Amino acid sequence: MMTGRAIPGRRANAPAPSPAPAPREPAWQRAARHPLLWPLVTLALILAVNASLNPGLWHLEWRNGHLYGSLIDIVNRAAPLAIVALGMTLVIATRGIDISVGAVVAISAAMAALMVGGQLQVVNGQPVYLSRFPMWFALASALAVAAACGAWNGVLVARAGLQPIIATLILMVAGRGAAQLLTGGQIITVYYPPYFVIGNGFFLGVPVAALVALAVWIVMSLLLERSALGLFIQAIGINPRAARVAGVRARTITICVYAFCGLCAGIAGLIVSSNVKSADGNNAGVLMELDAILAVTVGGTLLTGGRFTLAGTVIGALIIQTLTSTIYAIGVPPEINLVVKAVVVFAVMLLQSAEFRRTVRAVALRKGSVR
Amino acid sequence: MSAVLALKAPGGGLRIPPVVASVALLLAMVAYGGTMYTGFFSAQVFLNLLIDNAFLLVVAVGMTFVILAGGIDLSVGSVVALTTMVSAALVEHHHWAPAVVVPLVLAGGAVFGMLQGWLIHRFRLQPFIVTLAGMFLARGLCYLISIDSISITEPTFTTIAQARVPLGGGAAISVGALIALATFGLALFVAHGTAFGRNVYAIGGNEQSALLMGLPVGRTVVAVYALSGFCAALGGVLFTFYMLSGYGLHATGLELDAIASVVIGGTLLSGGVGLVGGTLCGVLMLGLIQTLITFDGTLSAWWTRIVIGALLLAFCLLQRLTQRSSASGIDG
Repeated sequence: MMTGRAIPGRRANAPAPSPAPAPREPAWQRAARHPLLWPLVTLALILAVNASLNPGLWHLEWRNGHLYGSLIDIVNRAAPLAIVALGMTLVIATRGIDISVGAVVAISAAMAALMVGGQLQVVNGQPVYLSRFPMWFALASALAVAAACGAWNGVLVARAGLQPIIATLILMVAGRGAAQLLTGGQIITVYYPPYFVIGNGFFLGVPVAALVALAVWIVMSLLLERSALGLFIQAIGINPRAARVAGVRARTITICVYAFCGLCAGIAGLIVSSNVKSADGNNAGVLMELDAILAVTVGGTLLTGGRFTLAGTVIGALIIQTLTSTIYAIGVPPEINLVVKAVVVFAVMLLQSAEFRRTVRAVALRKGSVR
Repeated sequence: MSAVLALKAPGGGLRIPPVVASVALLLAMVAYGGTMYTGFFSAQVFLNLLIDNAFLLVVAVGMTFVILAGGIDLSVGSVVALTTMVSAALVEHHHWAPAVVVPLVLAGGAVFGMLQGWLIHRFRLQPFIVTLAGMFLARGLCYLISIDSISITEPTFTTIAQARVPLGGGAAISVGALIALATFGLALFVAHGTAFGRNVYAIGGNEQSALLMGLPVGRTVVAVYALSGFCAALGGVLFTFYMLSGYGLHATGLELDAIASVVIGGTLLSGGVGLVGGTLCGVLMLGLIQTLITFDGTLSAWWTRIVIGALLLAFCLLQRLTQRSSASGIDG
């Protein structure tokens, strides 16, 4: 259904087969075709708009032993979205989609909050915070459950042969129920300060959440670019059957990709719950799947699978968070955010559509010839 | 209906089991409820099922056409919310007559869907992403009107909302449920008795073949999304009667319930195979799960989602099995 429209020659961003002795084109022309150009221009534009409304945007200062400023705030808030979107990038590269990440965020948050729990005890006149389980164990369990959720999606897609959107729809519906079951329909509050470090802490003056996102990005880049894995994932996205015939273990890799996406959602769940010091099975990660897909597409990865860009996704996540901050800065009601997002999605998908560009070119040419 | 069966089993393959399984499961659930809980077998319990799910039935019927044509429409829940919001704002704040407002919002829904269909067809965009953006847009427009809930006190709306048509034996049905049933009947006819319906099945089966056969693919695709938008707006009107308010947070996640109803009703998500009648079955099953959980009293509300997820899984796997047995293998 989703992939039925993938027509040969549609892969718009693929480099056109140029004649062999191509004349060297100027550097600016090559730069204009760079896949990261448009995401970067978009980000720069939004930042410029933001800076014109909020002169303090570029202001960074050192306060209480860490960096402080609007930009740091944007990066910090974009971190969970960037992590989810990075996982989503790989899923989309295999021509799939994972709409269950929001539910997995809620499950991981609920799991961690339940296992950390925390209470205040006074030992020898000193207040001591105790967690229910050791924190590393709680975090590992939450991440393991999240990865298992992702692997379940992967098995449904690669083994049972369900369409990705439907396979993950199942977990999206049931997962939110499961998260509510874990939390008993309540908001679970965490009373264990070490847990708050993940979402609110600073390391060497930089927010821990942003460092976690950076670490995920670096690890993924190393894994995908220093090994053939990235190539395999692209091959699966371009033609799963051909990839399998060519000897790529398409099923195993697909399952791993979905499991990794689940893991990323789990990490984001930890950051989100740590940031608000509680877990809400009902509202944690709501609409996160849509934001993540948006970040991936804005970043320049095509939803038709194949080529992907991790850097683009990170920029996409930053674009979305900057957009949100800008809307707040303008002073319009934050609800308008949704309309702006809708306009951005429409614009991006039209720009990605080969038919649209052809139409625009045709119209432009006609106008030119009339003159 | 013979034409339907002929369409449904093109290669002589056994394509009926999903619908049969839905009906069997529905009957089994009714039987379970009847034996476990006293007072379950009353006409009113079943009428309430229709009354409480009238809007879902209408929305799911529209979704059935989209899925039969091989697409998906994620914007329906937001369009329902937008419809409640526009109706409430026009009636309460601007004192427009309901006789003007209702046709206006219905037309608005159809145009909204039509634009989505046009984008999808004209620029070969993915239905998932286009309707996702439509979902954001409609929800955002709700908040542009008002971020608060607008309750409706207009007499026509409240009268229709509270009207009950007696069916004898003390049982009664709401106007909304009657409209939903009428819509359902009309949809049955459109799907199985008109050229448009056959085109929808043909496009869902294989768009390229449909194009080569000379069917009006573009027009049908746009019309299917317009139909879904119209059904969502009609569902929104019924929802307005049901809730007597307009609110931007109304009907969140309704698109998932609608898709779930269609799938549980035995329609293949790859398009081309399914029955509108199955969707009624799916909607009733979703409602029945809630009714059973209410009757039980000890289970929490979130079990509803988990059970719906399990049912979705069961039906998707069943669909895969039947697809494999008929050796279609078209699905990429």
